[in-house]
Amino acid sequence: MSAGTAVATGAVSMGTVTMALRQAKYQLQDKLVPLAGITAAFIFAAQMFNFPVAAGTTGHLLGGALAAILLGPSVGAIVVTIVVVIQALAFADGGLTALGYNVLNMAVIPAYGGYAVFRLFRRWFPRTTGGVVSAVGLAAWSSVVMSSVAFSIEWLFGATAPVAFDDVLFAMVGIHILIGIGEAVISALAVGAVLASRPDLVHGASDLDRRQLADTKVRTRTFVIGGILVALVFAAVVSQFAVDSPDGLGRVAEDTGIIASASDHALSSSLFADYATAGIANESLSLAVAGVIGTLVALSVAAGILLAVRDKRGRDPAMSP
Amino acid sequence: MGAGHSHALYVHEHSPIHRLAPEAKIVAALGIVASIAVTPRQAVWGFGLYAILVAGLVTLSRLSPGFVALRLVAIAPFVFFALFIPFIAGGETTEVGGVSLSVDGLWGMWNVLAKATLGASVSIVLTATTEIPDIIRGMGVLRVPALFISIATFMVRYLELIVDELGRMRVAMSSRGYDPRWMSQARPVASAAGALFVRSYERGERIHAAMLSRGFNGAMPTFNHQRADAREWAAVFVVIACAALISALALLAA
Repeated sequence: MSAGTAVATGAVSMGTVTMALRQAKYQLQDKLVPLAGITAAFIFAAQMFNFPVAAGTTGHLLGGALAAILLGPSVGAIVVTIVVVIQALAFADGGLTALGYNVLNMAVIPAYGGYAVFRLFRRWFPRTTGGVVSAVGLAAWSSVVMSSVAFSIEWLFGATAPVAFDDVLFAMVGIHILIGIGEAVISALAVGAVLASRPDLVHGASDLDRRQLADTKVRTRTFVIGGILVALVFAAVVSQFAVDSPDGLGRVAEDTGIIASASDHALSSSLFADYATAGIANESLSLAVAGVIGTLVALSVAAGILLAVRDKRGRDPAMSP
Repeated sequence: MGAGHSHALYVHEHSPIHRLAPEAKIVAALGIVASIAVTPRQAVWGFGLYAILVAGLVTLSRLSPGFVALRLVAIAPFVFFALFIPFIAGGETTEVGGVSLSVDGLWGMWNVLAKATLGASVSIVLTATTEIPDIIRGMGVLRVPALFISIATFMVRYLELIVDELGRMRVAMSSRGYDPRWMSQARPVASAAGALFVRSYERGERIHAAMLSRGFNGAMPTFNHQRADAREWAAVFVVIACAALISALALLAA
C-alpha cells in the first residue's frame, strides 16, 4: 500500500477515534476507563477463541460488530482500535505503517458499519431475543464483508503489486462472504448467551424489557443453515459480476498475494500507477462497481456514527434494570 | 500479580537501547519503518544498507541474531503468500527454469519480502527492548490522547487475567469431552465467549467500584517517569537521519 493511502486512512481513523472517545466519555463517564479497558482485554482474548468451521479447520473472531452491539458503536470502536494498536506496537503483530488502514478496516468500519446494519434489521425483525440475535448475525456478517470492500477500495488507490482492482475486489469479497459466516454465527450466539444471563449488558437490546426478551430460543443449526443460504444468495449475485474473472483457484492465489501485500507499503507514484501494467479488463465498469459499493459502505459507517451521536438510550448500560 | 510480570516478547537485558526512553524508541522505530516503506523496490543496495542499520540496532540491544530470526518466523505465513505474486501478476514475463513469471510480479515479491522482513525486525527490536506498559507510557508522552492511554493501560493490566480465564474455560470444555469439528457444533464456543464477556464486564464494574472507594475522580493518576533527554533525542535523530538518507538516495537514484 502506498504512503498516501497510509497517511489518508491514518487521518480518517484518527479523526473518527477522537470523536468516538468524546462520545464514549459521555456514555460511560468515569466508568469508561475500567470498562473499556477490560472489554478491550476481552476482545483481545476473544480473537484467540478458535471456533470450528468444517472438518477440523478453525476460524477466529474479529469482534468489531460484536463489540459495537454489546457496548455501543463508539465504545466498541475504541475498544477494537486499542486492540489493533497494541497488537501492532506492543506485540509486533501487524505493520507499523499499516496502522492507519488496519484501524479503519478492523475497528472503525466494522463497529460503525456493523452497528448501522444491526439497527436496520432490528427495525424489521420482531422485538424478541430471536430478532436481536438474528440482527447481530447479519450485522457481523456485513461488517466482515464491508471490511473486505474497504480494503479493495484502498487497494484501488494505493496498490503496489500489479494485481488488477476487479480481481482484488472479487477475491477479497468472495473469501470474506465465507469468512463472515463464522463471524456471524459466533457473534450472534455470543450475544444470545449474554442476553440469557445479563440482558442489561447488551447495548443494542437496551430498548427491550424482560418480557420481550423472555421468549424464543434460536437453534444453532437453523441459524447456520440460514446464514449459509444468505451467503449463497450474495455469492451468486457477486459471481454475476465476476464471470470474466479467472477461475476459483487463481482467485484464491490472488487473494493470498493480496494478503501478502497488505504488510507492504511502498510509495506508488500516482493514483492508478499500476493499472497500465495490470491490464485492467473493463476499467469503467469496475470503477463504477467500486463507486457504488464504496458509497454503500461509507453510508453505513456514516449512519452508524449518526446513530452513535444521536443515541440517547442505554447511556449507562449497567444502570438500566 | 506476584509472577508473570515479564512478557513473552520482552528480553531482559541491560543495553543502551533497553535504557533509551520508550517515546524515543517509538519515534525511531516509526522513522526507520517509514523510510523503508518509501524506498523504491529497485534500489536493492538501499535494502542492503537498511539491513546493516537494523543489524547494528540488534547488536546494540544485545539481542542474539538467532532470537530475531526466530521471531521473524512469525511473519512467515504472510511472506509465504508473496511467493505467489510472480505467478498471478500481469505484464511482461520472463522464463525462470522453464516457468514463465511476471517481471513486475517478481519485483512485487521482492518488495514485500524485503520490506516485511526489515519492518518486522525493527518492531521486534522495539518490543524486545521495551516492556508493554512503557510502550504505552511512551505513546502518552507522544501526545496520544490521555483517555486512550488510560484505557490501553487498563487493557494490558488485565489482559493476562482475561486470557487465563479463557484458558480455564477451554480446559473445562475439553475435559467434558467438547471437541467440535463442524460449525453447527459451535454453540458452546459462542456461549463461552458470551460468558467471558459477562465475567469481564462484571469484573470491570467491581474494579470501578474499588477505584471509586479509593478516590477515583475520572482521571487516572500520573507518575513522573524519566522523560527522554536531549542526548537520547539526538541519538534517535542520528538513526532516523541515516534511514532517511538511504531512502532519499534511493529515491534520487530511481
